[in-house]
Amino acid sequence: MSALGTTYSILFSIATIVLVVGLVRRIMLYARTPAPLKIPTTPAPITRGGVAVRMLKEVTIFESLFKSNKWIWLFGWIFHFALLLAFFRHLRYAMSPDNPLFTLISLELVQTAGKYGGYAMLIGLIGLFGRRIFVDRVRYISAPSDYLMLLLLLGIAGSGLLMTFVSHTDIVALKAFVLGLMRLDWQPLPADPILLVHLSLVLILMVVFPISKLLHAPGVFFSPTRNQADDPREHRHGGEWADRMKAAGGQ
Amino acid sequence: MADFEIPKLTEFQLIPHTKDGVMAHSQPYVAKPEFQESLGFPGELVDNWEEKAVEKLGDLVKGSRALQVFLDACVKCGACTDKCHYYLGTSDPLNMPVARQDLLRKVYRRYFTFAGKYFPKLVGAVDMSKDVLDQWYSYYHQCSQCRRCSVFCPYGIDTAEISMAAREIMDEVGQGQKYCNEIIGKVFKIGNNLGLPEPALVDTLEGLEEDVLEDDGVAVKFPVDVEGADVLVVTPSADFFAEPHIDGLIGYAKVFHAAGINWTLSSYASEAANFGMFIGSHANMQKVSLRIREAAQQLGVKRIVFGECGHAWRVAYSFLNTLAGPFDFLDPNYPVPQHIIEVTHDLIQRGAITLDKSANDEHRVTYHDSCNVARASRMGNIPGGQFVLPREVIKASVNHYYDMAPETVRESTFCCGGGGGLLTDDLMELRVKGAQPRMNALQHVVDEYDVNYLAAICAICKSQFAKVMPYYDFPMDMIGSVHGLVSNAIQLGVKE
Repeated sequence: MSALGTTYSILFSIATIVLVVGLVRRIMLYARTPAPLKIPTTPAPITRGGVAVRMLKEVTIFESLFKSNKWIWLFGWIFHFALLLAFFRHLRYAMSPDNPLFTLISLELVQTAGKYGGYAMLIGLIGLFGRRIFVDRVRYISAPSDYLMLLLLLGIAGSGLLMTFVSHTDIVALKAFVLGLMRLDWQPLPADPILLVHLSLVLILMVVFPISKLLHAPGVFFSPTRNQADDPREHRHGGEWADRMKAAGGQ
Repeated sequence: MADFEIPKLTEFQLIPHTKDGVMAHSQPYVAKPEFQESLGFPGELVDNWEEKAVEKLGDLVKGSRALQVFLDACVKCGACTDKCHYYLGTSDPLNMPVARQDLLRKVYRRYFTFAGKYFPKLVGAVDMSKDVLDQWYSYYHQCSQCRRCSVFCPYGIDTAEISMAAREIMDEVGQGQKYCNEIIGKVFKIGNNLGLPEPALVDTLEGLEEDVLEDDGVAVKFPVDVEGADVLVVTPSADFFAEPHIDGLIGYAKVFHAAGINWTLSSYASEAANFGMFIGSHANMQKVSLRIREAAQQLGVKRIVFGECGHAWRVAYSFLNTLAGPFDFLDPNYPVPQHIIEVTHDLIQRGAITLDKSANDEHRVTYHDSCNVARASRMGNIPGGQFVLPREVIKASVNHYYDMAPETVRESTFCCGGGGGLLTDDLMELRVKGAQPRMNALQHVVDEYDVNYLAAICAICKSQFAKVMPYYDFPMDMIGSVHGLVSNAIQLGVKE
């Protein structure tokens, strides 16, 4: 068992705990924080089913963003869709061949889409980075962390593409490492510099996720302007809260 | 005419380049201690206000899922940066919705997030300081809480929620805004925003009865405090007071008269407006709302109907049931509350009132969707009814109707520039500049269709337009009430 394998196994275990615990805590916080008033951005669906459709459109085709700005939508959507493709491609490295889903994700279509999706990801990220630099309004609102986040993702996509198209890593050994991680039976990691860069950046991403703007991913589902039904006259919302406030003398 | 540059009207809405700090000087007058205290806020800036402000911010975030999610989720994508009428009209980058939110977000991050506590520079987090408070006071009073940004945000982040929170914090540390807080004080003390006491109100309404009798030869009543009436009408007090608002009130009275509906105003709840929303104070908003419940119970009415007022309709439609409900003592056959447009629309549909469109032939009409009606409420029973019903009422009353450009109406409507508690003379520059996008759209329908009447259903919109339109060379009497058009067209005495 190599020191490298052990080090990365420890790091990935910690990062996973940080990611999962951090996200669960944040989601619980969002779920528990009260939404005292009805504030959907109207026109809004008047039924829960309608709200589900609205939310589905927001998270799949980015409906509001499409209305807003076609360039941001294009780059943003390409990036997120490529992320999904890359995710499916990577599942193969974390799945034993006995898994019933293994055949599905091993399909030529899934693997090829994931492979070239990497380029799409780069295009999306470069587009978003370009807007941050060249559009004065977006430059104005960008903090160092906003650039770094894009650089981090560019680094992950770039190192991934290098391994796919330029210098292959020992994928069999890597898969053994990943499965070892999941089975708590740590395995050696190939000492391939590009792979180490790729994995290190992913580690950073995992740790940063629950304390950064990446919280938009769970956040959107809890956004009252998008997830509330427009039915305040039909259903009294938050009455208990208001009645308590009334009893407390309006304070 | 003005000691600032009036924005030019352009063929297309231009997105200006950012000009740092050009509106930093724009601040409303600070509320005097007596008005602060009457609302339960400290009279002046308290000693440890930095600490108090941060503490209040923490409390507000704990009590509002919207704030918690909005402060966390923004990715600075830039989609909202060209959506605010104040940015388009002033070029000040702090009027971009995300930049306005960041004024609060950077303090939130500093005190309540890991990244902001340990890596403030990296994520743009800052300490609460006098400079920050100054910026808050300037720029949270350059947001009309119109929610246009929230339509276009991929996460629905609503800057209105954030500016309300910021104003609530400023009130809590003793730096409230004069205009809003004085007005809320008047509502509690006298019953309405204008400070119009009961005898004056009764006088005004009697005068209106005489005017209508003289003009139309029909004895249309303007009842006040009539116990046992079927309908309580709650309307912005501007309707009692000035053109073009008053034409709207005459319109409501004629509609009730023609339909034979027994209605009344209340001198106790003689105000639909609820500025408690503008200052983000749930406590004050509830207190103002409860007057309406009390009036309805006292008078024993069966229905509550709201007059033409944008933010009042938001509070009424979206919040009244929560804040002052349940309204189980009212007639369950009608929604609580109803908008006067819903009432008139229904009567038109049922043929219960007759309108002669030709009475409005001199008017070539366009309609301004008020932001709070458009993006924070509904009318009728379908989503988007708030766009359909007013237009149908107008089209039933006039022969010449033309919509403004689609990207400037309905859910994309531009604010009049005076909403959200900014309708005060100390913010005149902001109001004129913020009206530019709406004036642009208006100019196009004036050029193309000779439009000469801008119909609105909001007291703030009407007052604001009457004031700022002359800056853009439109006559101030171009602005009118939707029910002013109904008033001209309605046939009285035909159907009893």
